[in-house]
Amino acid sequence: MMENGSVADLERLELDLLLDAVKTRYGYDFHDYAKASMIRRVRKYMDKVGIDYVSGLIPLFLHDDRAFHRFVKSLAVVVTEMFRDPDVFKVLREEVIPVLKTYPFIKIWHAGCASGQEVYSMAILLEEEGILDRCQIYATDFNDGALKLAKNGIYPAQDISRYENNYRLAGGKAQLGDYWVSRYDSIKINRRLAERVTFANHNLVTDGVFGEMNLVMCRNVLIYFNEQLQDRALTLINDSLCPRGFLCIGRRENLKFSQIRNHLEDVSNRLRIYRKLGS
Amino acid sequence: MSSVAVEKKPRAVVLGASAGGINALGFLFSELREDFSLPILVTKHVGLNDDRGMLRVLARQSVLPVRVAKDKYRIQAGAIYLAPADYHMLVEGQGVISLNLEEPVAHSRPSIDVLFQSAARVYGQELVAVVLTGANRDGADGIRTVKHFGGTTVAQCPENAEIGLMPRASLDTGCVDYLMTLEEISAFLDQIGA
Repeated sequence: MMENGSVADLERLELDLLLDAVKTRYGYDFHDYAKASMIRRVRKYMDKVGIDYVSGLIPLFLHDDRAFHRFVKSLAVVVTEMFRDPDVFKVLREEVIPVLKTYPFIKIWHAGCASGQEVYSMAILLEEEGILDRCQIYATDFNDGALKLAKNGIYPAQDISRYENNYRLAGGKAQLGDYWVSRYDSIKINRRLAERVTFANHNLVTDGVFGEMNLVMCRNVLIYFNEQLQDRALTLINDSLCPRGFLCIGRRENLKFSQIRNHLEDVSNRLRIYRKLGS
Repeated sequence: MSSVAVEKKPRAVVLGASAGGINALGFLFSELREDFSLPILVTKHVGLNDDRGMLRVLARQSVLPVRVAKDKYRIQAGAIYLAPADYHMLVEGQGVISLNLEEPVAHSRPSIDVLFQSAARVYGQELVAVVLTGANRDGADGIRTVKHFGGTTVAQCPENAEIGLMPRASLDTGCVDYLMTLEEISAFLDQIGA
């Protein structure tokens, strides 16, 4: 029994019950997601469908799988950009790619690719360094809605000046505009850049190791997880890296809580780029 | 103003500031004492890559440690956390910070509303939320949520603020407990943090 259920206690209880229902009905386990972000998403969805209590979503999601999948799709909405954190891409270009170049075949995994801007930023980098045709890029997300956005590669044109600025700071060698076509108020990334990309569903919460990767990009994905789930995901990622493989996480993310810190050396700790020790 | 009644001893302070905020925050931080006993979480609107500049200026003003927050930082008493540029900063139940890349709220990321609304759910009645100078409406929805969860809400007097628009918007919600000048806010923090 709850002592004297405050508004906050009740909301937490409702959220737990909702996540239980979702897990049992659909198999998605969101219990170890960062609650603060999750409650915002839930609240936002409630506003849209006109439901006043979190627990009011339980009957809706149980009986209407389309409503549930619309909610899942709404989780995919992150607002990001191409070449976010240009310094990171500069160091990838100058210090990581020269090593990758020495391999005959290169496997790269974008774990949690969301709407895909970072996948295409990477493809551009690889193209400019002349190794795109030797690369296999896996872009995965648990969210089919996100994968569809990523695959389409269509982004709002209002963001392009920011993309271009980032690209220049990242040491870009061409005109970024050559990599897309503009139409109306959006841009569509050239198909050429997607030729070496496989889009696939993979869930860092429930799925397993993903093969022997030379580089894993997992930026601003872990922030949506609590510490336990971060550790699980990072262990899985570490196990998916080949010896001497590279890992890049978000600028404001941390390896501090994870076992895997001991298995990695710094390429740049400031930029959160690491390299797995040899076995 | 002498002393202000607060229902329960607070466990945390959240501050929101926008245009003019560096000076206001600098003043408040410079008046804090070494033994200030609460964590302070701050969302100040900054340009895309400007958090280092903000950190440099504000760290100089304070005897307390000032940090730009990273994901899953453990919130410690007597420390000041600044929302990083281009992320929202939120408080999680276990007393840790989390970040996200959700869309900007009212054109802002970081957003004051996002910080306040998450902190309201964690600290309930034991939260003090303060809206300082600024030229937009951010913080107003947050103040409403803090009130809903039983916290204490403060707005800087619009006439006393460098730009009064933002505290005015919070005031217009009808959910502000105390209207204070910067000097009064400083004395209030001193009182609750002793």
